[in-house]
Amino acid sequence: MSAQITMTQAINRAIDEAMAEDEGVILLGEDVAAKQGGGVFKISAGLTEKYGEHRVRATPISETAIVGACVGAALAGFRPIAEIMLMNFVTVAMDQIVNHAAKLRFMSGGQTNVPLVIRTTTGVGVGFGGQHSDMLEAWFAHVAGLKVVTPSNAADAQGLMRAAIACNDPVIFIENILCYGLKSDDPGPGHIVPLGKAAVAREGTDCSIITYGRTVLDALEIAERLAGEGISVEVIDLRTIAPYDEATVTASVEKTGRALVLHEAVKQYGTGAEIASRLNEKLFGKLKAPVTRIGGAFSAVPMANALEQAWIPSKDAIADAVRAAMNWKG
Amino acid sequence: MTEPTIDRDKLRDIYTRTMRVARADEKFRSLLMTGKLAVIYYTVRGQELVSAAAMAALNQDDYLVTTYRGQHDQIAKGVPLNPLFAEIAGKVGGTCRGKGGSMHITHPETGVMVTTGVVGSGLPIANGLALASQNRGDGKVTMVCFGDGATNIGAFHEAMNMAQLWKLPVIFLCQNNRYGEHTAFADHTKVDSIVTRAKAYGMAGVKVDGNDAIAMYNTTKAAVDRARAGDGPTLIEAMCYRMLGHFFGADFSYMPPDHLAEMAAEDPLPRLRQLMLDHQFSEAELDAIVADLDAQMDAAAEFAANSPLPGPEEIRKDVFEEEIAA
Repeated sequence: MSAQITMTQAINRAIDEAMAEDEGVILLGEDVAAKQGGGVFKISAGLTEKYGEHRVRATPISETAIVGACVGAALAGFRPIAEIMLMNFVTVAMDQIVNHAAKLRFMSGGQTNVPLVIRTTTGVGVGFGGQHSDMLEAWFAHVAGLKVVTPSNAADAQGLMRAAIACNDPVIFIENILCYGLKSDDPGPGHIVPLGKAAVAREGTDCSIITYGRTVLDALEIAERLAGEGISVEVIDLRTIAPYDEATVTASVEKTGRALVLHEAVKQYGTGAEIASRLNEKLFGKLKAPVTRIGGAFSAVPMANALEQAWIPSKDAIADAVRAAMNWKG
Repeated sequence: MTEPTIDRDKLRDIYTRTMRVARADEKFRSLLMTGKLAVIYYTVRGQELVSAAAMAALNQDDYLVTTYRGQHDQIAKGVPLNPLFAEIAGKVGGTCRGKGGSMHITHPETGVMVTTGVVGSGLPIANGLALASQNRGDGKVTMVCFGDGATNIGAFHEAMNMAQLWKLPVIFLCQNNRYGEHTAFADHTKVDSIVTRAKAYGMAGVKVDGNDAIAMYNTTKAAVDRARAGDGPTLIEAMCYRMLGHFFGADFSYMPPDHLAEMAAEDPLPRLRQLMLDHQFSEAELDAIVADLDAQMDAAAEFAANSPLPGPEEIRKDVFEEEIAA
């Protein structure tokens, strides 16, 4: 059996490799230094000892100042990584992200750019409640100038993080708390997964499930379950949510004729709406069933586990949506 | 106590920078008044000397972050006039190819890294520029300019705390022009002076008459020296006055006429002229400086007028490094 690596180890390794190669790669965030334990989720464990507190800077609880400092350092030619502990806290720094990081290249006519990675974590299913669980990727996908990335497995987490740090534009890198312990075969050092390239996580011929992050696991489980019913499901893992790999998505749905867009984020106004709309524009007349969307409920994420499980897209609902597409009579 | 002194060449430098700002501002207003320019413009009348004296204490490769009312800072820092005028006019020959405008002038060659249209947002970014210099040991300092109105937004407080915590080589220059948009200082802030807030962060703070060329220069120079020596940031509160409204053409009847008249007596331009004469500069020499500047303004206005309009393909460029699809 080949060596395995967890997503936590994979992200740590990607940052470690980038810091070793380039003095300009620095890490700023609450509790990230050794003195504070290497971060709440231990992503930066061991980095202070190697690179020093001037490059691994534990910050005050000041999200605007953290992201702003990273924007400034990026303008000066650094490749900073901001750790914003939880995705809901990113909202505190929206001005720096949306008005500055995303737009400075454009507003300066290309004279400056912001090679910044904002790492953040989130996820439904751990009982953190309404202000610690949201998937807000659609907010950022809507802003010209930002790239949005989320891995579904450890090997991709390593490769996408390397690509995000190397990117000359700002990247929002979303990690799912529930995925930190996932293991992949160790891809080895120097592994890079290019931004903007989706993965076909499972090939199929009847229906495409387009998804990303933790729900890739649900989609793969459902694909396996439906295979027993004679339904062949293809699972597309976007990996980069924005700008997404439209060629791979369109080719898959052209082949299967059916598509379901699945995400943990609230369904309304989510990325599923954009992808479904673009599929309709490209493939109207070739589709065997309407493109459907499955996402979280239109409420704050509840704390009680029973409610949280009712809030999140259930595996049964995903399976039912695929069956409905298969049985669509027009 | 001896009278504060200043090097004669430095004084001439400050005068030239001040008048470059003043003549440019006058030119912009004249172009707007005659309809040759129809853009948003935040006049800097009354604040010319503050930035001229401050920028005279910086090196060209020091970083500057400023705000939408920032033409005085940019010009005093050295942004060349032709692309500056063209940018304000939205032309392709502008610093930012017409995509930024007066609120987003950027010119890295002269250290002007960001001009923000969002009040207070420049301060956290300045920290990052300074952090890069600190890690590199390149000896550069970063100055960030903002108004009194910016000191009540969270970004100010977060940035001040972080800068002092890390002893960053940054100078926070608050140009207290007595108004946050239409609201007078006393109606938006309870403390008498912005500089008292430095204490809350354990930071050095100095209040200075921004219309006193020698005091303004020496105060800034001391803060720059401190930052360059690795002794950390300084908050400077430079007192000045926004002599016209919030933006060109805006109603400013809310500014009490008697106070305006009182502040007109403090007008930095005649005051600086007198200082120059007191230092044995001749009327003829000063007039020649202004005449030369006016010729540069005319040339810059003509350059801007003749510069082409940006084409629609510019919308797809500079969103990302790679051009996006049509």
